[in-house]
Amino acid sequence: MPSTYTPGHNPLRSSADKRLPRIAGPCSVVIFGVTGDLSKRKLMPAIYDLANRGLLPPSFALVGFARRDWEDQDFAKEVHDAVREHARTKFDEDVWAQLSKGIRFVAGEFTDDAAFAKLASTLHELDEQRGTGGNHAFYLSIPPRFFSVVTEQLKRSGLSHSVEGAWRRVVVEKPFGHDLESARELNEILGQVFPSGSIFRIDHYLGKETVQNLLALRFSNTMFEPLWNCNYVDHVQITMAEDIGIGSRAGYYDGIGAARDVIQNHLLQLMALTAMDEPTSFDARSVRLEKEKVLAAVELPADLDAHTARGQYLPGWQGGIPVKGFLQEDNIPADSITETYAAIKLEVANRRWAGVPFYLRTGKRLARRVSEIAVVFKRAPHLPFQATDTQELTSNALVIRVQPDEGVTIKFGSKVPGTQMEVRDVTMDFAYGDSFTENSPEAYERLILDVLLGEAPLFPRHEEVEMSWEILDPILDHWASRGQPPGYDSGGWGPIQADDMLARDGRSWRRP
Amino acid sequence: MTLRLESTNASDIASAISAERHRKGATATGMVMTLVIVADEEYQADATQAAASSAGDHPCRILTVIPRPGRGEPQLDAGISVGDSEGPGELVRLRLRNSLAEHPASVVLPLLLSDTPVVAWWPAGHPADLATDPIGRLASRRIVDTTSTDAFVSALIERKAHLATGDTDLSWTRLTPWRAALAATLDQPYEPITEAVVYSEAIPAAPLMRTWLEWRLGVPVTYLDSEGPAINQIILRTTGGAITITRPTGHMATVERNGIAVKELFLPRRSVKDLISEELSRLDPDDTYEETMSRLDITRLEPDNDGAADQDDTAGEQTENTTEGP
Ligand SMILES: NC(=O)c1ccc[n+]([C@@H]2O[C@H](COP(=O)([O-])OP(=O)(O)OC[C@H]3O[C@@H](n4cnc5c(N)ncnc54)[C@H](OP(=O)(O)O)[C@@H]3O)[C@@H](O)[C@H]2O)c1
Repeated sequence: MPSTYTPGHNPLRSSADKRLPRIAGPCSVVIFGVTGDLSKRKLMPAIYDLANRGLLPPSFALVGFARRDWEDQDFAKEVHDAVREHARTKFDEDVWAQLSKGIRFVAGEFTDDAAFAKLASTLHELDEQRGTGGNHAFYLSIPPRFFSVVTEQLKRSGLSHSVEGAWRRVVVEKPFGHDLESARELNEILGQVFPSGSIFRIDHYLGKETVQNLLALRFSNTMFEPLWNCNYVDHVQITMAEDIGIGSRAGYYDGIGAARDVIQNHLLQLMALTAMDEPTSFDARSVRLEKEKVLAAVELPADLDAHTARGQYLPGWQGGIPVKGFLQEDNIPADSITETYAAIKLEVANRRWAGVPFYLRTGKRLARRVSEIAVVFKRAPHLPFQATDTQELTSNALVIRVQPDEGVTIKFGSKVPGTQMEVRDVTMDFAYGDSFTENSPEAYERLILDVLLGEAPLFPRHEEVEMSWEILDPILDHWASRGQPPGYDSGGWGPIQADDMLARDGRSWRRP
Repeated sequence: MTLRLESTNASDIASAISAERHRKGATATGMVMTLVIVADEEYQADATQAAASSAGDHPCRILTVIPRPGRGEPQLDAGISVGDSEGPGELVRLRLRNSLAEHPASVVLPLLLSDTPVVAWWPAGHPADLATDPIGRLASRRIVDTTSTDAFVSALIERKAHLATGDTDLSWTRLTPWRAALAATLDQPYEPITEAVVYSEAIPAAPLMRTWLEWRLGVPVTYLDSEGPAINQIILRTTGGAITITRPTGHMATVERNGIAVKELFLPRRSVKDLISEELSRLDPDDTYEETMSRLDITRLEPDNDGAADQDDTAGEQTENTTEGP
C-alpha cells in the first residue's frame, strides 16, 4: 500500500521527480564555539540561508554553547546580528521569527558537568516542544585541543548516544591534527564516542560548485578523459594563493604553517579528485575508494631540498598597501620557522600518471587571491611551422578556476589574423553566469544540509586524512631540520626557491 | 543602452548583436541557451524583465517576440541590449508588424544560438498545440502559464489534449514548495493515509495538486473551494489523525500533526522570476508534470463543493483562513 509508512520509502518522492528539493528532517544543530569567528561568519548565516531557501524542517532548533552569561534571547540577538551582516540571502522577518523560536543557549565551560546536563535537558525539551525527534548534530567549532573534553562530555551525558530511529552526528573543522600521530589520536578520540559514519569532517573546498564540476567535467564528457594521462599531460599545477597575511590568527598559525593549513586538506583533496579514476558511482564510498587509491600511490621526490620550497613573507607592499612581514606580525616570535608559503612536487605511481609531476603550492600575501587546478599538456610532438612562427606558443592547458570567478579556461594556440603565419596562445573561458558566485549556495550551506540529510560524499574520512599526513610528514620533518625559511616579497608570487624548483625540471609556474 | 533598429531583418540584427558584444570587450561568458518569449505588448515588459534577471543564473540570449498584427506592409523592428542594466545576457525585443506577425519563426530561427537548447515561454496566452507551433517546434522546453488565462478549466483541458514531452506549466512550478513540504512531512513515521483534502481558490494548481496526491498516495483526494490565497490548506488524513499544512497569507505556513505540535514553515508564493529561474535550471522534460497531466481527470477540474467554502474542521485547523481575502 503506497500510503503506509515504510522507512526509506516516501510515496511523495521519486527519483524521476528531480525538481523536488530534499528538506532536512526534524533536528537540531548544537554549535560549540558560537562566539568564534567561523560560527559568526559562516555557520549561523548558512543556517539562516538554508531556512530562507525552505530547506530546513519546521521542527528545527539551533543551540549555542559558550562560556557567556547569556539567556536565549541574548544568543538570538548574536545570531540575528551575524545573519544580518553575513547572510547571502535577503533578510525576511517571518523566516527569522520562525527560526528564532527554535534558538536556545546553554552557558558553561567545557569541563562543567552541570552545563552538559543542562544541554541534555535542553535537547530533550526541544524534542518534546519542537519535535526535533532526537536528531542532533554537534558542531565543534572550537580549537581541536578541546575535542577530547567535549566528546567525553557528550558521551558522559549520554548525548552522543542515539536511540533507534534517531541520529547523533558530530561535525569537525580542520585542522585534522598537525601530523599523522596527532591525526590518529584525534580520530581515536572521535571514534571512541561516534561511529565513523557519524563523523563529518568539513573541508569547505569540497562543497564548492567548481570542485563538483571537476567531476562532471571529467566524467560526463568524452573530450577530456582521453587526454587525462601521462601520454598527453606534461604536469599539473594546483594553486591556492591568498593575498592576506595571517591577520589576527597568529595563535592558530604559528607552528602550523601553510602546508598543514592548506596542502594537507584542500590541495591533496583537489589533487586526488584530479588524478583519480572514474568511480563506479557517485556515492560516498565509491568516490572515496578512488581518492584513496590516488593518495596511496603518491610518491615523494628523493631530494626534498631540490623539489620542495617554502618561505615567509617579508614586509613590503601588497596591492598598493604597505604590509608587515610575517616575523613582524603581532604574537609571532622573531625566530619562528613557520612557513607562510609552501610548494611541493609529488608523483602518482600508477600507469595513468607515471612521470607526471603534480606541483602543489599555497601561500599568504601573494599577488592576488586565487585557487585553480591547471592541467598543462605536452607540446605537440612536431610543429610543421617555422620556429619563429610558434615562438609565442606555449603549452596547451585546461584550467579549473576554483575561486574567484569560478569556471573553466582552455588555453591553446591560434593564428594571429593577417598574412603572416604567427601562432600564439589564446584562452577560451567558460563561467556559468553568476550562478557560481552570488546565487549559488555557499559551500557551508551545502555541507551543513548534507550533514543534516546524512549524505556523506563530500566529507573526507579518517583514512584519507591519515594518508595525507603520511604524504606530508616527511616533508615537514625535513623542513623542521632546515631552520628558518627564506623570505619572499609580499605581493609577488612567492620565493625564488619555488621558481628554481620548477626551473630544475625545465618548467615554470603559471601566473594564475 | 538599447540599440534600436527599424525596418530591419534577422541578419542585420545578428550583426548588430555581435558588434555590440565586441564593443563590450567580447563578453567571456558563454551562453547556455536561447529563451524565446512570445508575448503581446501588454505583457512583454514584465516577462522580459523576469527572464533578464534570471539570466544571472543562466546566461542566455533572450528573444522577445512581440506580434503586432495590422494591415500595412510587413516590418521588423528590433531593440538590442547586451549585458547591461537589464541583465548580463543578450536581450532582443522583436516587433513583428502587420503580416510578419504570422511568420515569427522566420525571424527567430536565424537568431538562435548555435547548438544550445531553446526554451520557449508564453507568459500570457499561448497556442493550443505548443509542440507544432512554429516557435514551439524550435524549442525543447515549452513553458506556459495557465494561471494567467481567464478560463483555466478549458486551458487545462486543452493542455492535456495537446500535451507533448517538454511542455511545462508555471501553475505546476508554483507547487514545488508545497510538494516539498508535503514530502518532508512523510519523511517521518505516519499512520496509513486514508484520504486527503486540498483547499484552494479556483486556480489550475489545485486540480494538479489533487491529481499528483491521488497518484502518489493512492487515496481519494477532495478539492474544496476556499478564498485562498492560492492553495491555503492541505490535509492528509491518516488512521491516527491528520497531518495538516495551513498557509493563511501566502507566506508562512503551519504544520500540524494530529492536532498538536503546530510548527511554522516558510512557504512563500513566488515571483514569476523565481518560477522561470527554477524552470530554466532543469532543461530535461519534467516527467512528474507530464505524468500528472496524463492522469488529470478533466471532469474533476473544479472544486468538489461548488463555492460553499465550508472547511472541514475536524482536523483542528483554524477556520479563519476562509474569511481572509487573497
Ligand atoms: N575561522 C575560519 O575561517 C576557520 C576555517 C577553517 C577551520 N576553522 C576551525 O574552526 C574552529 C573554530 O574556528 P574559529 O576561527 O571560529 O576559532 P575562534 O574564533 O578562535 O573561536 C573559538 C571558539 O572556541 C571557544 N573556546 C575556546 N576555548 C574555550 C574554552 N576553554 N572553553 C569554552 N570555549 C572555548 C571560543 O569561545 P570564547 O569566545 O569564550 O573564547 C570561541 O567561541 C577551529 O577548529 C578552527 O581551526 C576555522
